[in-house]
Amino acid sequence: MNSSLQQYRLESVRKEFGSQQVALDGIDLKIDQGEKVALIGPSGAGKTTLFRLLNCTLRPTSGKLYIDGEDVDLLHGQRLRQVRRRIGSVYQQHNLVPRLRVIHNVLAGQLGGWPTLRSLMSLCKPADVELAQSALTQVDIAEKIYERTDELSGGQQQRVAIARVLVQDPEVILADEPVSSVDPTLASSIVRLLIDISQSTRKTLLVSLHSVDLALAYFPRIVGIKQGRVTFDLSPDKIADDMLEDLYSGNFRDHAATEIPCETAQPVAYPSLS
Amino acid sequence: MPQPRFRVKPPSPSLTRHSVKAYFPYLFAGLFVLVFFDSWKRAEIAPELFFSDRGRASLWKFLTGMFPPEVSWNFLSLMLQPALETIQISIWGTAIAVVIGFPLGLLGTHTLVVGGILNDAELQGAPLRRGLRQGIYLLARSLLSLFRSIPEFVWAFMFVRAVGLGPFPGVLAIGVAYGGMLGKVYSEIFESVNSRPLEALQATGANKLQVFFYGWLPQALPNFVSYTLYRWECAVRASAILGLVGAGGLGQQIEISMRMFNFNEVLTILIMLFLMVAAVDYLSAKVRAML
Repeated sequence: MNSSLQQYRLESVRKEFGSQQVALDGIDLKIDQGEKVALIGPSGAGKTTLFRLLNCTLRPTSGKLYIDGEDVDLLHGQRLRQVRRRIGSVYQQHNLVPRLRVIHNVLAGQLGGWPTLRSLMSLCKPADVELAQSALTQVDIAEKIYERTDELSGGQQQRVAIARVLVQDPEVILADEPVSSVDPTLASSIVRLLIDISQSTRKTLLVSLHSVDLALAYFPRIVGIKQGRVTFDLSPDKIADDMLEDLYSGNFRDHAATEIPCETAQPVAYPSLS
Repeated sequence: MPQPRFRVKPPSPSLTRHSVKAYFPYLFAGLFVLVFFDSWKRAEIAPELFFSDRGRASLWKFLTGMFPPEVSWNFLSLMLQPALETIQISIWGTAIAVVIGFPLGLLGTHTLVVGGILNDAELQGAPLRRGLRQGIYLLARSLLSLFRSIPEFVWAFMFVRAVGLGPFPGVLAIGVAYGGMLGKVYSEIFESVNSRPLEALQATGANKLQVFFYGWLPQALPNFVSYTLYRWECAVRASAILGLVGAGGLGQQIEISMRMFNFNEVLTILIMLFLMVAAVDYLSAKVRAML
C-alpha cells in the first residue's frame, strides 16, 4: 500500500489572501513518510504560507491537501486538533511565549494530549518535570528549565522550541527558516540536531532554509519554490548552478511586488499618448 | 534642438485622487476649529460670572466656609463608617466588573473568535461556522457598549429603584458600567498580543482555552492587571459620587453636608477621598512593580 506511506499530497493547492494577493499558485507535491526535504527559494516565494498549510494553521483557497490520506477540508474541531497534534513546528522567531518559564513552553508540546483542566494546573505546578528535563537535556540546555524564556539568547530559545517539539513527539517536523536568526556555526548544529531527531524516531522532516549550502549538504531532496510555484524538486546532485541562479533571479522585483501591498506599488496604467 | 530625453507622462487618475485626499487633514482641522469655538457659545461658558458681585459673594462664602476643615473627633469617627463603605463598594463593584468584563472581553476579541490566522483553518469554507462566530462576537461587543454607554450614575439611579437605598445599588452600578469599560479594554489588550506564539501553541493541537491561558494571558497580564487596578482607583471616586443618588458611602455625606451649608465638613470629606485615592494609587503601583 503506497498511499498509507504518504505523509503529504498536494494537488494544485492555491492560497490567496484577500482578492489580490496570491501566496501559493498551484502547488503539486508528494512527500512520503520518513522523508527529509529541504525547501529553498527567495523570501516572499510562499514558503511560510506553505508551512502554515502543512501544519493546518491555514487552509487552501482551492486545490486539495491530504495529510496521511486525510482531506484537510473535512477537518474541524476535535479532529483538526488531533491532526495538528501529529505535526510539530519550529519557527524562524521561535514563537515561544516570552513571559512563561522555559518548562511551561516545553510542556506546551503536550497541550494537544492534555485535558484543559490538567494543562491549567500544570501552569501552577508543572505536570511532567521529567519529560521536560529529558527533552531539554537532548538539546543541551537542561539547566535553564526554570528560567524565564525571554531571558535566554536567540540560539537557546531555538533549542527550547525544539525541546517543545520533542515533548510533542509528532510524526512530522516542519521547520520554517529555523536557523536564519542564529550565527552560521550554530545554524549547522541546529540543522544536524533536527536531522538526528527525525532520523532516530523515523519522523518526516521538512525544513526551509535561507542557506542553499546547508540544504545541499544535509538533505537528500531539495524543493525550489518561487512566486508560489514549485520550480524544481530534485536530489542535490542533480541541481545545477543555473537552476539556483534562476530561482533567486529577479528577487528584488518580486520582493517589492509581494511584500508591499499598498496602492502606490500597483502598476499604473497610463493612457496612450497618441 | 535635441529631443527631450524623457517624455512627460500625464498625471494618472490615481494620482489626482490622491491629491484630493491630501486636503482632508486641513478640512478636518478647519471643522474642528469651527466646532471648538462654536461650543463656547453653546455650552454657555461665561467666566465673567466669577467676577460678578453675586458670583464673588457666593464663591467667597463657599471658600471661607471650607476653612478650617472640620476635624473634631466626633465628626471624623462619624465619617469612618461611610469611608469604609466607599472602599467596600469600590472593591465589590470592580470585582463584579471583572466577572462581567472578562468573559465578554474574551468573546469580543476579534482575533480569538473570528479573524486572523488562528481561525483560518477552522472557518475557511465554513460559512455557517463563520456566521455563528461573527454573531457571538457582535453580541459580546454590543453588550459591552450598552453597559458602558449608560453612565454609572444612571445605572445607580435604576438600581436604587430596583433594590432600594444603600451601598448595594452602588456596587451593581459600578459592576455593570465598569464591566463594559473593562471588557472593551480587555479585548483591545488581547488583540494587541503578539500572535506568533499563539499560532505555535495552536499548531501543537491545543484548543482555544489552552492557547488562551498559555499564550494570551501571560503576554497580556501586565496590561491586564494595571488597567484593572486603574479602574479600581476610578471606582473609589465613582462610589463616592454615587452616594449622591442614595447609594451609600461618602457621597451621601457630601450631599448632606452641602445641603446644610457645612462646607468645612465637605472639605474634610474631600481630603479623606483624596487620601483614599492616593492610597489605592500607591498600592496599585506596588503591585505593577511586582509583575
